[in-house]
Amino acid sequence: MCGIVGLFLKDASLEPHLGAMLTEMLITMTDRGPDSAGIAIYSGAGEGRAKITVQSAHPGREFANLDADLKDAIGQPVLMLIKDTHAVLEVPLDQLEAARSALSHLRPTVKVMSAGESIEIFKEVGLPKDVAARFGLSKMHGTHGIGHTRMATESAVTTMGAHPFSTGSDQCLVHNGSLSNHNGVRRELKRLGMTFETENDTEVGAAFISHKIQSGDTLGHALEATLTDLDGFFTFVVGTKNGFGVVRDPIACKPAVMAETDQYVAFGSEYRALVNLPGIEGARVWEPEPATVYFWER
Amino acid sequence: MQTFDLSKEGLRALNSSLHALKGQTNMTAWEIINPKGAHAIAAGVDAPVEITVRGSTGYYCAGMNKQASIFIKGSAGPGVAENMMSGKVVIDGDASQYAGATGNGGLLVIKGNASSRCGISMKGIQIVVHGSIGHMSCFMAQSGSIVVLGDAGDALGDSLYEAKIFVRGKVKSLGADCIEKEMRPEHLEHLEDLLRRGEADHKAKPEEFRRYGSARKLYNFNIDNAAAY
Repeated sequence: MCGIVGLFLKDASLEPHLGAMLTEMLITMTDRGPDSAGIAIYSGAGEGRAKITVQSAHPGREFANLDADLKDAIGQPVLMLIKDTHAVLEVPLDQLEAARSALSHLRPTVKVMSAGESIEIFKEVGLPKDVAARFGLSKMHGTHGIGHTRMATESAVTTMGAHPFSTGSDQCLVHNGSLSNHNGVRRELKRLGMTFETENDTEVGAAFISHKIQSGDTLGHALEATLTDLDGFFTFVVGTKNGFGVVRDPIACKPAVMAETDQYVAFGSEYRALVNLPGIEGARVWEPEPATVYFWER
Repeated sequence: MQTFDLSKEGLRALNSSLHALKGQTNMTAWEIINPKGAHAIAAGVDAPVEITVRGSTGYYCAGMNKQASIFIKGSAGPGVAENMMSGKVVIDGDASQYAGATGNGGLLVIKGNASSRCGISMKGIQIVVHGSIGHMSCFMAQSGSIVVLGDAGDALGDSLYEAKIFVRGKVKSLGADCIEKEMRPEHLEHLEDLLRRGEADHKAKPEEFRRYGSARKLYNFNIDNAAAY
């Protein structure tokens, strides 16, 4: 199993409530995935700024003076916001790669969860309600976001094994299902220069899509390629700076329900996750077709 | 009329009240409000009562139903009326995957569309879908009938036994051992009855349908047919 929720807002007046809406949806999906939970939230950054979300097993020690150390390394001011085991570091956009490189020297055991102009990723082991509370998810704002509750099948229950996975700037992927050819695809992607943090199948799916995009494909084409190159069961939801996409494998046994109103497009593994959204009674509710790519962008 | 607020009283209280109804009861009309996509609503009922669910349901609503008439005033999640034995389930909206799976008897009416694997392994249930059905529907269906006013997805009736399939619209593809068959007078009569009972007689006429059934080549494993599986 596993639970997925996603929300893409069309109505800007809902943006302050994105975190609260997604948190409620995420907690509803607890019995599909009580092992760990995560969320990718797209909340933008200041003009010319970028964000790196990092995670540490020893945040007290490793986040201490991290902003000052990073500022010394890149010679530009750095803003740091610590949320439990994660910290969001805001740096100038043109210093993003320099900051990532400096981080790997300054705090080699700190993990980068995401980087980009809009994305922040928070994920941990534990019940979704506890994970949500640790990061204060319900207070977050943004334009769109994706959440995942994990029931592990393919790899260990660890923070890095939780979803979403991000392998490209402002990109993330969550997955319900299991891939059976991930070892072969991982070997091929490693040969092509992609790097991996885990032995997890979903990370391979994320890296596959990111590699396609890096090679010049559109997100739509990258998602279509998952249908031919990835073997196994999947409902994928992907996030980018401007929107989100959905694709299901041709067998489509992993559930998916979508709802659309003038205010939002919502995704849930089950209808239960959507029942408290505003105006759901009048929403167009449907199941995404198998082997069909859906995408919403602003 | 017994009204049950699922969001206040909970699923176990609902289903144990419904399971307590045995044989003749004077509590013959039930209304369930605030279903909010909950799982297993009114599963395992075995009494001649009428149950109306005001909203959409989650997994396995009306599963294993015997005798009861269950009306869903919304859409149904996966496995609605799974393994129904008798009685009736009517869904005003759409149904998710494997609606009516393994059903032994009774009538399942879906006024919207049904998703993949509708009627998979059906064993005697009658299914009427006013809209279309998804891929792999009626896989290994053994007996009973399904009537589809709209279209059918890929691999309809794969490895079919003796279930009867009637489709008015397009069939994207037939599964292994499923073929189109001649529509004889007794089939038209059967269809007319099913359309009437499925509240679809005002929408379609029996003559508009095509009949599909088993070519009966895969009943028993024969090495000469291995390529057809």
